[in-house]
Amino acid sequence: MEGGLKPARDFSPVSSYSPGGSHMDFHQLWTIFSTPDNVPIVLLLFVVPFYTWYGLRQAFANDRLIGQLEADPALAKTSHRKTQLWKPGWAKEVHVWPYLLRIEFLAAIIVTVILMVWSITLNAPLEEPSNPTLTMNPAKAPWYFLGLQEMLVYFDPWMAGVVFPSLIIIGLMVIPYIDANPLGNGYYTYKQRKFSILTFLFGFIALWVSMIVIGTIIRGPGWMWFWPGVTWDHNRLVFEVNRDLPDIFGIKDRTGKAIFGAIVMGIYFVGAWIGMHKLITRTPFNRKIYARMSLLQYSVMQVFLILMLLLPVKMLLRLVFRIKYVWITPWFNI
Amino acid sequence: MAETDGKKGAPASPPAGAPPAGSNGDGKNGKGRITALLEGGKVVRERAVDELKALKQPEKTDLWKSVLRVKHDETPRSRALGVLSNVFLHLHPAKINRDAVAYNYTWGMGGMTFYVYITLVFTGTLLMFYYHPSKVVAFRDILYLEHDVPFGKLLRNMHRWGAHLMVIMVELHMFRVFLTGSYKPPRQFNWVVGVLLLVLTLLLSFTGYLLPDDQLGFWAVTVGTNMARATPLLGHDGPFGHQLGMTPFNDVRFGLLGGSIVDANALLRAYIWHCVAIPIIASTFMVVHFWRVRKDGGISGPSPVVLESEIKEPRKL
Repeated sequence: MEGGLKPARDFSPVSSYSPGGSHMDFHQLWTIFSTPDNVPIVLLLFVVPFYTWYGLRQAFANDRLIGQLEADPALAKTSHRKTQLWKPGWAKEVHVWPYLLRIEFLAAIIVTVILMVWSITLNAPLEEPSNPTLTMNPAKAPWYFLGLQEMLVYFDPWMAGVVFPSLIIIGLMVIPYIDANPLGNGYYTYKQRKFSILTFLFGFIALWVSMIVIGTIIRGPGWMWFWPGVTWDHNRLVFEVNRDLPDIFGIKDRTGKAIFGAIVMGIYFVGAWIGMHKLITRTPFNRKIYARMSLLQYSVMQVFLILMLLLPVKMLLRLVFRIKYVWITPWFNI
Repeated sequence: MAETDGKKGAPASPPAGAPPAGSNGDGKNGKGRITALLEGGKVVRERAVDELKALKQPEKTDLWKSVLRVKHDETPRSRALGVLSNVFLHLHPAKINRDAVAYNYTWGMGGMTFYVYITLVFTGTLLMFYYHPSKVVAFRDILYLEHDVPFGKLLRNMHRWGAHLMVIMVELHMFRVFLTGSYKPPRQFNWVVGVLLLVLTLLLSFTGYLLPDDQLGFWAVTVGTNMARATPLLGHDGPFGHQLGMTPFNDVRFGLLGGSIVDANALLRAYIWHCVAIPIIASTFMVVHFWRVRKDGGISGPSPVVLESEIKEPRKL
C-alpha cells in the first residue's frame, strides 16, 4: 500500500479504488470468503445457480412435451403427460412406507452428516465481548439481511428497513391471489408462465440474492464499494458528490422541491404503469391471462411491480448519476 | 406375554410329581426332594426355552401389539396402517403419486427444512442448559461452552450452521414452490402460511444473533434495530414520528429493545423471543402448513401438463 492518505480521484460509476496499481489482493479475497459467517453466501453462490438450472431444465423438458402434445391432439388424449417414465400397468401411486419414508430417512442422515462435518471443520464466529464504545467497521447485519442493509445506500432507513421489507412480505403473500394464469399448476414450465417466472427470477436472484452477495463480498469498511480482490483500506476516503434531483434542475425552494419531487414520482408511476402494461399485454397468451384478471388483481400487481422496480431505478440513479434524493419533503425523502 | 393355559402349570404351583410339603427331613425324603426339584427345574427350563423361541416372532407378543397396534405382515393393508396409525407419520398419506417421490420434483427442501428445525430445537435446548441471558455472564457462558463443556463447541457450531442452513433451505423451498406453480388453487393460503414461516425463520435467526453478546451480534442487532427507529409513524426518526410524539423512549424500537440502547433488557428480550415465543409461533404455523398440505390434496405434483387449449373459462363472480 502506498504511504500517506490519498483521496481517491476516481469518477467511475462505482468507486473501484486500488492502491498502487491493479494487482489482485488474493489475501483479502480469501479473508472475505473464509470468514465463517460468509460460508453460507459461498454456499448460496453454488446452490442458487444449481437449483435454478435444475428447475429450468425440467421446465424446458416439460415445454418440449407440451409442444409435442399441442401438435398431436391424438397423443394428448392418450399420453401420460409427464416427462417421467410411465408404462401401462404400472400403479400410479406407491406406498409411502417404504418408498417415501426410506428417502426421508436417507435425507435426514445426509443432512445430519453434512451438518456434523460442517460443524466439526468450521467454528462459529465469536468476536470480542460486546462493546458499545467500539464500533465494528464494517458493521454488518446477518447475511440474510444484507440485502436490506445494501438498500440503505439507495433509500432512507424508513424505506429500506421498514417499508420495503413489509412490501416484500405482503408482495409475496399476494402472489397466489393476483396470478390469474391457471397453467403450470404442479409442474415445471417456462413457456406457459414466462411473465411470472421471469418476474420471480428477477426479484429473487437479480435483487435479493445479488444484493446479499454485494453486501457480503463487495462492501467493505465504511460500507464502501471494493471490487473483489481490492484491499479493504480502512483509511480510504471517497469524495462522492451526491446531488438531489431538484438541485440539478435548479430548484432551491423547499415547497418547490416537494412539489417537483411529487411530480417526478407521479411521472415515474404513470410511466412505469404504462410500460408494465405493455409488458403484461405483449403476447397473445399474456393478453388472454390479462383478460381473466379482475381490476383489483391487475392494480395490485401493477403497484407491487412498480414498487419493486423502484429499487433498480434508484440504484441506477445513485450509482451512475450520483443522485441521492428525487423527492424531498420536510417529513421524508425518497 | 406368559400364556398360562394351566397344562404346563403356573410357576407358583408345585410340580406334579413333587412330594407333599411338610414331610420329615430324613435322608430318603431329602433325595426324593432333590430329584423333584431337578424335575421341576427341567419343566421351568422347557417353558423358558419355549417362550424364548416365541421371541423369534416378536410381533406376536402382547407387548409389541400394545405398542404398534397393527399387524406388520407384508400386505398393502398393514403398510398403509403402519403410516396412518402412527402419530409421527400420520401426516403422510398411505399412498403417494409415484413420480412425487423422485428427488427432482420437490428437491426435498421442505422436509429437510423441518428436519433441520428439529435438530435446532434439540441443540438449542441443550445450549439453554449452559446459557444465562444476562449481560454479566452471557459471553462467559459461550466461552465456557466452547472450552469446557463436553462437545459444547460442536453443539454451538451445529446450532449456528443449522440456522444458516435452514434459512437457505427455506428460500430454496420457496423457489421450488414458485417454479412448480404450487401456490395456485387450491394451495393459495398455504403459500401465505409459508411466507409467514419464512419471516419467522429469519426472525428466529436474527434474535439468536445477539445471544452470544459479542461484537458481531451486538453491532448486527444495533444496525438492525436502528432501522426500527425510522419506522413511519411509530419510530422517532421516521416520517411523521416526531409529529406523533415519538421519542427514543416510547417508540417501536424501545419496545423491541426494552430500552433505548442494546443492553441487558434487549438481551433478555432476544432470549425469550428466540427460545420461547417464536418457536411456539413457528411450530404452530408449521402444524398448519403441514396440515394444509394434506387437506389441499397432498403435494402438488408432478401433475400432468395442461395445454393452453384446455384452459377453462374463469368463473364469474
